[in-house]
Amino acid sequence: MPKLLTGAEIVFKCLEDQDVEYIFGYPGGAVLPIYDELKNHETVKHILVRHEQGAGHAAEGYARSSGKPGVVLVTSGPGATNVVTALTDAYMDSVPLVCISGQVPTHLIGTDAFQECDTTGITRPCTKHNWLVKDIKDLSRVIHEAFYVSTTGRPGPVLIDIPKDIQFAKTSYSKFKKEKKLNGKINNKFSQSEIEELINLISKAKKPVVYTGGGVINSGPKASESLREFVRMIGFPITSTLQGLGAFPGDDNQFIGMLGMHGTYEANNAMHDCDLLINIGARFDDRITGKIDEFSPKSKKVHIDIDPSSINKIIKVDLAIVGDVNEVLRATIKKINKKQNGLKTSNKQKISKWWEQIQKWRTKNSLGFINSDKTIKPQHAVKRLYELTKNQDTFITTEVGQHQMWAAQHYKFNKPNRWMTSGGLGTMGYGLPAAVGVQIAHPDKLVIDIAGEASVLMTIQEMSTAVQYNLPIKIFILNNQYMGMVRQWQELLHEKNYSESYSEALPDFVKLAEAYGCKGIKANNPNELDEKIREMINHTGPVIFDCQVDPNENCFPMIPSGKPHNQMILGPNDQEDNRITGKGKSLV
Amino acid sequence: MVKSKSAYSIPTKKGKLDTHIFVVWVDNEAGVLARVVGLFSGRGYNIESLAVAEVDAKKNISRITIVTTGTPQVIDQIKLQLKKLVPVHKVANFKREDKKVIFKEMALLKVVAPKKNIDKCLKSCNKFNPVIIDKTKKSIVIQITALRREIDKMNLKLKPLGLISTSRTGAIAMTRGAEIFN
Repeated sequence: MPKLLTGAEIVFKCLEDQDVEYIFGYPGGAVLPIYDELKNHETVKHILVRHEQGAGHAAEGYARSSGKPGVVLVTSGPGATNVVTALTDAYMDSVPLVCISGQVPTHLIGTDAFQECDTTGITRPCTKHNWLVKDIKDLSRVIHEAFYVSTTGRPGPVLIDIPKDIQFAKTSYSKFKKEKKLNGKINNKFSQSEIEELINLISKAKKPVVYTGGGVINSGPKASESLREFVRMIGFPITSTLQGLGAFPGDDNQFIGMLGMHGTYEANNAMHDCDLLINIGARFDDRITGKIDEFSPKSKKVHIDIDPSSINKIIKVDLAIVGDVNEVLRATIKKINKKQNGLKTSNKQKISKWWEQIQKWRTKNSLGFINSDKTIKPQHAVKRLYELTKNQDTFITTEVGQHQMWAAQHYKFNKPNRWMTSGGLGTMGYGLPAAVGVQIAHPDKLVIDIAGEASVLMTIQEMSTAVQYNLPIKIFILNNQYMGMVRQWQELLHEKNYSESYSEALPDFVKLAEAYGCKGIKANNPNELDEKIREMINHTGPVIFDCQVDPNENCFPMIPSGKPHNQMILGPNDQEDNRITGKGKSLV
Repeated sequence: MVKSKSAYSIPTKKGKLDTHIFVVWVDNEAGVLARVVGLFSGRGYNIESLAVAEVDAKKNISRITIVTTGTPQVIDQIKLQLKKLVPVHKVANFKREDKKVIFKEMALLKVVAPKKNIDKCLKSCNKFNPVIIDKTKKSIVIQITALRREIDKMNLKLKPLGLISTSRTGAIAMTRGAEIFN
């Protein structure tokens, strides 16, 4: 007779079998048996957060920066509901998370017991799949299946709800073996003829553009290498979505910047005027496409994505290749190499005019801003931060808002998995806990959360976590005392009615840092900025950096709502003759 | 569109709406219907009718039949989204006008009326395989199987004759001939 294990022991057995090193969690009544078992498993380390949302975002940061699934452990009721934001965030941005939640004992389910909620019901729309384990015999199978579902295909969050009596119940544990495919949910069956067709389109194109997204990052570091090889081989200009930054080097000449609502002039115009658009691992998000009817009107469109439901969802494409980005790119590179039919050289000639056009657009210098020697311009702060950190392998997380867009525009990423930001859901308060998770995964690397003062206050309690584990994260706050993006829209679209976007009372961030037991630094003017940034980088513990920036700065360029890509508002100089009028106002 | 300041973009021109029947094979497990139905409500698809029951007790498979309307693009999305659900094995869909597919609804009609009217009711049900399930001096329960619109019509027709209660299933579907859904 094999040894009988409790549910709690099985949970850890499974985590060990899945090579889980860290779990992010918060204890409570319904998960106490699992917490009780924690001490017996040295290889699994628990990071105690201060709020379950923080656990979720930290696990996201961990997952995105390491490529491994993030694991979250929370209790029933409020523990589970608090993690919903993070699960939804992970769902929107395709981040692999495995969330284990405690539940009241099975006989109490449905009785409105203390700290009971319908966790699987609540999380059904924000997970790839979830399970309520009502029989101890199912537990190990479910946990392994959960890891499988979360990490394969298009990754995403899953949740396993384990009632307390199941955590106590005993059964035998059978070693995990790779199971059969789940209903064939993995889609990686692209055909050679599709690759042929892609190469055919590539060789004919005169005005091509490659548009890449988070799918390249999710496909693994190899996919970024393949992408670089592929793009250099064909010589096309390449733009990236917010999530795809880092897949292709940000300082490379072929890279024309981020596209979309706050993308560069050259990237958005290239999207609009191109005759071939190759979408690699992106999903035609509404912040990217602008007005659908006038989106890239003259182009043949190719879409490479692992999720078949992404194809033709927003934009009809001419060629769809369903598969893993790396494998599709490898197959394409192989075929181009094999052919050697002069594609490489002749194609580059064909598109030289196109490159000339792009250079012309580049001269607009759409990310330009008017710097000041009196107040710190937020763009300037990000640029200095980049210059002073680019010599080391730096990981950047952000919150959501103007600072996020400035970070995306002015910080250049050269490697994948170095940029963690909430793009799909746009969760303010993401960056600080995400930085905690990133630092856990990369203890010796520099991890900076480029934050806004409004966002960071939503999850500021996680500083306490950072201090507890001595995680030297740097919280670089671009403090403009406004919810900057809200203020910007109110200025441009709502007659400067700054309704509730100004925070009349803000904490003294330096004192706040000290209260948490970490270092606080404040920069008031451009002259002291560099020195203070260096001080932040050189400090060995966590830092909150209060960077007092110009409160009235707006984030440009910007595609006004209801407008296509080729009608952007550029910086302050260009603004006067491009007011958003009537109809556009209602469309942001 | 209502002038809302929070709208994201102009809705593109709506395409022609088609009625489609989806047949979905799923693991018969707790919450599976909620997943399927939640997908429809969450993404704003509509459900005209729904029929679900276990069809293979050994393999634990249920068959869900959903009638829905949408533009070709939406119908495509529904299919692809359904296929992504973990407990879903197979999804088939076809247009309502498809001649290769039969689809039927069943209805129970209770008529309380004098015998003369009950006879009239029975007579007008003749085309739809009427089965008398229950009969008293004053009442009758008739089971009919027909298309949705036919049952709609019968409903209207029998009302003046004493129809007091109708209970109907959602549509279920089957291919004609030797072929099966795939």
